[in-house]
Amino acid sequence: MKFGVVVFPGSNCDADVKHVLQDVVNQDTRFVWHKDPLPRALDCVVLPGGFSYGDYLRTGAIARFSPVMEGVMEFAAQGGLVLGICNGFQVLTEAGLLPGALMVNKNLKFMCKPVYLRVEHNGTPFTNALNAGDVIEVPIAHGEGNYFADPEVLEEIERNNQVVFRYCTREGVVNAQANPNGSVNNIAGLINKEGNVLGMMPHPERCSEEVIGRVDGIKVFQSIINWWQGRK
Amino acid sequence: MEPTVWRSMGLRDDEYLRIKELLGREPNYVELGIFAVMWSEHCSYKTSKPVLRKFPTQGRQVIQGPGENAGVVDIGDGQAVVFKIESHNHPSAIEPFQGAATGVGGIVRDVFTMGARPIAILDSLRFGDLDNNRTKYLFSGVVSGISWYGNCLGIPTVGGEVFFDKSYEGNPLVNAMCIGLVDQDKLAKGAAAGIGNPVMAVGARTGRDGIHGATFASAELTEASEESRPSVQVGDPFMEKLLLEACLEIISEDLVVGMQDMGAAGLTSSSSEMAARAKTGLEIDVSLVPVRETGMTPYEIMLSESQERMLLVPKKGTEDRVQEIFEKWGLKAVKVGRVIEERVLRIKEGENVVAEIPVQALVDESPVCHYKVVEPLDRENLKLDLDAIPEPADYNQVLKSLLSSPTIASKEWVYEQYDHGVGINTVVYPGSDAAVMRIKGTSKGVAASTDCNGRYCYLDPYEGGKIAVAEAARNVVCSGAVPLAITNCLNFGNPEKEEVFWQFNKCIEGMSEACRRLNTPVTGGNVSFYNESPQGAVHPTPVVGMVGLIADIDNRLTQAFKTAGSKVLLLGETKGELGGSEYLYYIHKLTAGTPPGLDLNTEQRLHRVVLEAAEKGLLLSAHDCSEGGLAVALAESVITGSLGVKVKLPQFDGRLDALLFGEDQSRIIVSLSEDMMPELMEVINRHSIPYHVLGEVTEDGFLVLTASGSEVINLSTGEITNIWREEIRCRMS
Amino acid sequence: MYLARVFVALKKGVLDPQGETIKRSLASMDFPGVEEVRVGKVIELKLDAVSEDHVRTQIEQMCKKLLANPVIEEYSFEIMEV
Repeated sequence: MKFGVVVFPGSNCDADVKHVLQDVVNQDTRFVWHKDPLPRALDCVVLPGGFSYGDYLRTGAIARFSPVMEGVMEFAAQGGLVLGICNGFQVLTEAGLLPGALMVNKNLKFMCKPVYLRVEHNGTPFTNALNAGDVIEVPIAHGEGNYFADPEVLEEIERNNQVVFRYCTREGVVNAQANPNGSVNNIAGLINKEGNVLGMMPHPERCSEEVIGRVDGIKVFQSIINWWQGRK
Repeated sequence: MEPTVWRSMGLRDDEYLRIKELLGREPNYVELGIFAVMWSEHCSYKTSKPVLRKFPTQGRQVIQGPGENAGVVDIGDGQAVVFKIESHNHPSAIEPFQGAATGVGGIVRDVFTMGARPIAILDSLRFGDLDNNRTKYLFSGVVSGISWYGNCLGIPTVGGEVFFDKSYEGNPLVNAMCIGLVDQDKLAKGAAAGIGNPVMAVGARTGRDGIHGATFASAELTEASEESRPSVQVGDPFMEKLLLEACLEIISEDLVVGMQDMGAAGLTSSSSEMAARAKTGLEIDVSLVPVRETGMTPYEIMLSESQERMLLVPKKGTEDRVQEIFEKWGLKAVKVGRVIEERVLRIKEGENVVAEIPVQALVDESPVCHYKVVEPLDRENLKLDLDAIPEPADYNQVLKSLLSSPTIASKEWVYEQYDHGVGINTVVYPGSDAAVMRIKGTSKGVAASTDCNGRYCYLDPYEGGKIAVAEAARNVVCSGAVPLAITNCLNFGNPEKEEVFWQFNKCIEGMSEACRRLNTPVTGGNVSFYNESPQGAVHPTPVVGMVGLIADIDNRLTQAFKTAGSKVLLLGETKGELGGSEYLYYIHKLTAGTPPGLDLNTEQRLHRVVLEAAEKGLLLSAHDCSEGGLAVALAESVITGSLGVKVKLPQFDGRLDALLFGEDQSRIIVSLSEDMMPELMEVINRHSIPYHVLGEVTEDGFLVLTASGSEVINLSTGEITNIWREEIRCRMS
Repeated sequence: MYLARVFVALKKGVLDPQGETIKRSLASMDFPGVEEVRVGKVIELKLDAVSEDHVRTQIEQMCKKLLANPVIEEYSFEIMEV
């Protein structure tokens, strides 16, 4: 399977995602420079974490206008798989590929710690290796992960089952205490209506190797590969 | 020239005369400004130089010792670790957020100018007691600043320390350490070699910020200092990230002869130091330097401390390719001069020469101050009379209280704000004795720790200096790594005061002895004097940044107890030394006594035991006994392991508080499964290290300590976890 | 030459954690009666343009496209000749 990891100026999890895709799940993975057109023949595009353009103005706001994004929009429109992690999620909402916006954390601080996520449904290309209701442990590392959408949009998101991951307790209970950043409805990861563009604040690439001490994230990448193999 | 001119720049009258003599004429204003920063304590080390020579700097592992942008040690397989620590105390006292942020920026540049990709940041921070709003403001601002800058760069902040003591109240210490990884054949140097090679300014444009920052760092903080705010530079981590990527790219294409950060004293120090190292000269035209503001004078351009700038000497003929790479990253690389044979720093503005100074006059001929080392006579007030201190009635209460001391309490509130996972190399997270980073593609890991107990150094600078090195080594050993070398950040008061200079001398002598015995040479660092406030000098605080190597990261260790039923041993001897302890400071409001003694021979044997046991896979955990002594160390292993422990304390004749909270050195608590005991005993006996079997890790979640048959502490892990984990968060919200 | 000053703030109804924090601090510093605090940003632009109307249209578009995020933010601006 061919993965492209987009590199914006200020991306800093690009090499991490590439490492996991290339060296852990052994897939053909290349960087795509933000000024270059999106190469043809990619099967999945990853927008990695980091601080594209220093997070200046708003997170993801400037990166969204990078030349490569035109190709990413087109790729997504044709049903190509797009995964936005952390800053990548922010870029996706700014670009309008996903609804809502990500605001500053409710405690105003950057937060780096493992959190628990409840898998809301596994009928997506990104979660088919998991079960609905599974609780996975994935680290977050962001200052602006507070997901917001106005009530009508939120209702639609929920109605369409677009919420893929919710912050929860170790036992899988979704409550305010388990919500690290103030996101509405504890939303940690969200898919588009068409089901091919996923944005998530937590970092699956940071928990995909035994040596790092956490392995739940690998299932997101395995899901993508499963889905693609099933389609071939 | 009026004496007020050079005096206002921080030059003494005799120094001015020496400048005249070296030039053979009167300096002009620009030249005087250049001398003033280059001869400031911050750049010239004029006071510390003779003392720093005492440090051992040689070793088989050392590839680059002091004198370069950063130290370099060999970690095998053609790889090397580049590391250095630096202070940003005064800027952080004035503007904590930007002060700390630019401190991180500076040290990271020192590492990547060597061609290394930064893989970790550690921060060693000291503040006054965490009970007034000013301290909270400084603490919060410094942590946010580090978080903002380091996170944006995508370099994980994996460790360090935070220590609270009223001596730091008016003058916090902010020391940042960066570690990078490089293939030895890609190592770059800060030398402007090759006559005729171009000199380029790269990165941010030059503005008026931070002019005379180096001089600012070489004077005491006064109440008027807050008015000098314009000296504080503003950081741009995004610019630095681009600069980092662009610089590593030109190094990987082998286009670079030398490069250096325009840090303290900006263009002036980078150009003269690069020329000095290569025994060449430089000619620079300031009218070519990209500026941010209009009407900047040569004086301002030469002395500006605008952040995120580098001076670069590429190979002749590669300028276009260098520019192309910088443009790819959205940056400018501008040719501003060239390397010349004549060993002068010649500054031109267009065709006019505005300054011309022999390089040696700036770098090698800088004045050296030989202050006398005078031992202060009256240290009576530091004597400890234990009989005047009542023994506590309720030890549960005392332990809970100590666990809530901000120096001991969990620093989760701090490191949760730092991205410590980016890079996916961190295999021991913050909160254990040392952080460990894996080296991808190998089985190796690099461990790092920063340490110093300023209270010990205040009470006995020689022993305190020794302990700083030994503790840093011990922490690295507790992660299963062999200590390799150190960098240090020497934070002291005004060296013109006899007592301060004596402290400085003694600390360095103590550190040197420990470095020699533990085979951890000094590879560089930074001296920060004049850490004073109206209340007086800070405690002498020579912070040690230690790096170590683990051959196989599968053998790494953390402090947390792992499984119920495992045996708990205390390696080392318990003497019950309370002098300088956190217990005396926090519970009895006393800074007194003699700090615990340290025998380097014992220390070394202790390290061998733990390392050998770790390598054989005998151990489940290892934790150094430090602030708060044995009781606190046990509590920490219990809390981080979410388990309990049942312990019989060693037989002890003295006071119970001394047994529980004494900070005796050279002690490590280890846990292991029972079947490994015989093998561990063999190792212990072979190295003849005293030990005591403390007891067993329990499932029940209680910390139970008994002394001479009676229970002295019985607390639930849940309760102490809450106290320990929430204290700083509570105080800061 | 024109100077445009663009004000961007969170829309009414969107929780503003910075504003809330400042409000609490002000209260604890004994400034009574502060009912609401909203934090926004000011963006100053210097533009060379033929007319104020032209500047107005341009700024309007800049705000819609980049300077503000309509999902959470609202904007206003003022223009002066300099």
